[in-house]
Amino acid sequence: MTEMNMIQSLNSALNNMLESDPNVLIFGEDVGYFGGVFRVTDGLQEKHGSNRVFDAPLAEGGIAAIAFGMGLNGLRPVMEIQFADYIFPAYDQIVNEMAKLRHRSGGEFSTPVTIRTPAGGGIKGGHHHSQSPEGQFTHTPGIKVVYCSNPYNAKGLLISAIECNDPVVFFEPKRCYRGPFYGDPHNVPTWKGHQYSDVPEEHYTIPIGEANMVMEGDKCTVIAWGAMVHVAEQGIKDSGISCDLIDLQSLIPWDKDAVVNSVKKTGRCVIVHEAPKTSGFGAEMSASVQERCFYHLENPIERVTGWDTPFPHSTEWDYLPNPQRIADAIKRTQED
Amino acid sequence: MTGEAQDGRLDGFTVPDAPRRPGEQAHFEPWTFTPQDLNRPDPKTCTSADTSEHASGLVRVLDDDGIASGAWHPNLSPDELRQGLEMMCRLRIFDDRMMKMQRTGKLSFYMRSLGEEAIAISQTMALQEHDWLFPTYRQPGCQFVRGRSMVSMINHCIGNVEDNVKGRQMPVHYTYREGHYISVSSPVGTQFSQAVGVAMASAYKGEDQATITWIGDGASAEGDYHYAVNFASIFKPPVILCVVNNQWAISTHRHFASGGNNFATRALPYGIPSFRVDGNDFLALYSVTKWARERASAGMGATHIEILTYRAGAHSSSDDASLYRPADEHEHWPGGDPIDRLKNHLITTGEWSEEKQIALEQQLDEEVVAAYKEAVTHGDLANGPWPPASTIFTEVYEEVPWHIQEQREELGK
Ligand SMILES: Cc1ncc(C[n+]2csc(CCOP(=O)(O)OP(=O)(O)O)c2C)c(N)n1
Ligand SMILES: [Mg+2]
Repeated sequence: MTEMNMIQSLNSALNNMLESDPNVLIFGEDVGYFGGVFRVTDGLQEKHGSNRVFDAPLAEGGIAAIAFGMGLNGLRPVMEIQFADYIFPAYDQIVNEMAKLRHRSGGEFSTPVTIRTPAGGGIKGGHHHSQSPEGQFTHTPGIKVVYCSNPYNAKGLLISAIECNDPVVFFEPKRCYRGPFYGDPHNVPTWKGHQYSDVPEEHYTIPIGEANMVMEGDKCTVIAWGAMVHVAEQGIKDSGISCDLIDLQSLIPWDKDAVVNSVKKTGRCVIVHEAPKTSGFGAEMSASVQERCFYHLENPIERVTGWDTPFPHSTEWDYLPNPQRIADAIKRTQED
Repeated sequence: MTGEAQDGRLDGFTVPDAPRRPGEQAHFEPWTFTPQDLNRPDPKTCTSADTSEHASGLVRVLDDDGIASGAWHPNLSPDELRQGLEMMCRLRIFDDRMMKMQRTGKLSFYMRSLGEEAIAISQTMALQEHDWLFPTYRQPGCQFVRGRSMVSMINHCIGNVEDNVKGRQMPVHYTYREGHYISVSSPVGTQFSQAVGVAMASAYKGEDQATITWIGDGASAEGDYHYAVNFASIFKPPVILCVVNNQWAISTHRHFASGGNNFATRALPYGIPSFRVDGNDFLALYSVTKWARERASAGMGATHIEILTYRAGAHSSSDDASLYRPADEHEHWPGGDPIDRLKNHLITTGEWSEEKQIALEQQLDEEVVAAYKEAVTHGDLANGPWPPASTIFTEVYEEVPWHIQEQREELGK
């Protein structure tokens, strides 16, 4: 075990995969010589050569298309989209092409592409360096969607994503690269000493489809992913109410047993995400919990989310869900 | 890494590299281009083939000694040239001040135009006042030409209550409708093809109004670049398509933006006249833009321009360029520095002096500091006051729909 931040653990996952599988290639904007604008691929080109880790032209649609082609022809490409906000030039390649190849070809072809992309707010990135577009991908059958939240699950999930034979969109909460984010911009801890910062140097996996129970309680189930896991943890503490905190980790497929068992136990549910509310993945969670746990629910399911607006720059702390809003929602679920 | 064939087997594909990396001696091949090289074809009758030498050569007016000559000499008055010099210096000093403010947290992020000041300023001066400007983050200088106050620009950068875009966008993403300067958007390249539509609308309405747009060498790899050139070649609207080839896209060298060595010649097979111009030569930039404007007025459609320059500063305040290129590479750029070159030209022609230059810079520095001091009285990013949180919810749609209104009430601000 080594103490790592999320940048280091992701780098370690990529390094393990480059070492163990010659078909793994890594490319994207600025990922080669420089090692990525967030430094996740730092040192990998030097170690593994520029034929395996290289800069791509500034063209996300092209990057996704060549990844599609390489994956179809036996390689295991890991492409980076520099910010999730810039995934949209690649949207057609992902949604219409990668997601449907296996199905459209009667199972004769598939493409095991992994798309890594930093997502989410909290870095004063304004409209186009802050979005969390997981809902735009969970709505697309044929791709798996993963959202890590800490150094330990980042590595285990990324290795699973790369080894997965389906295309995977892998979101990394950029606000948590160097430390967990508890919703207070003036409190910026590092990962030092955190329970999830001890990371094995060697290969390990966390299966796609399994959630992580971060905290156990009996009065309410709080479901979150990405940076919001830590904000929800703070919100739960502030509420003083005993809660299960489920870090969903995988959105497609999501961990039905973890969610359903917890809600049946607590009878209450709060869902937290930073993406806008309308048609966000919280809507899917809420509907599914209602379908599966209706007779166990004591109160309406609550959603605490970003607003249905573009992500702002100066006022981002009024946009992102904060511990206060989460604590208030938990309390509402306790009313008689 | 090159793809060499051995015994009929390919040894991988080709992955380019930058010519020089940190620790290596910075070097560029010296230019052999002179102001005498190229003629100035008639913009009203010129075909793309008539510009093939202009696309593979380099349009220059100023030589290395600051002497202006050749067919592209725009014969600007000394006053106009001094104005250009003043605005370029203003931009550089403004950028330095904003960078310092960024370090203190008064703004979140900043991008300088260092080494590229001539582009936006000279080209905007060559246009009509009502022509549309559709810039990237690297052409804020247009706004000086169109009369925007520095206080207003700083208000935007520091996201305070007077920011005309209400704290919604990151710094340097200016919007200035009054100056026909269209809102900057972060996703690179998108403006390039949109500009073709702006120009088609002007043509449809029968207005003598041109649209100029810019894209970086890096972003010219995006589909939007190729949409723009193709649509412009088909519909022939009054648009001026400029690729600013400053050699770098963050850490990515232009070798990853095009397998060729030249961005200008790409437009020729589309039937669009294309020029490569010395981007640090204020006069050449002016002249080529004026040519494109004349062509637009004549109803002849688009002009494509590669602006050859060097990004002398880091990509942004978040970047350290010495990690991926020789730190002093900009000092070796054959095109020199745009401010020095225009200044030397004016001195050579007896229209300026080093003393006047020092006095000008001092005066501009005072003006920038005064503007900054005034702007921060309206708040800054670190300390507020910021635009009210209600601005999150407004102008998403023309009218606020009920579900957003509800969310605004939930926030309670
Ligand atoms: C669609 C998109 N992808 C990625 C980015 C991140 N990004 C911002 S600027 C930049 C490099 C742009 O280089 P270039 O086009 O050469 O312009 P320059 O910065 O040199 O002026 C990148 C990759 C972005 N803003 N938009
Ligand atoms: Mg560039």
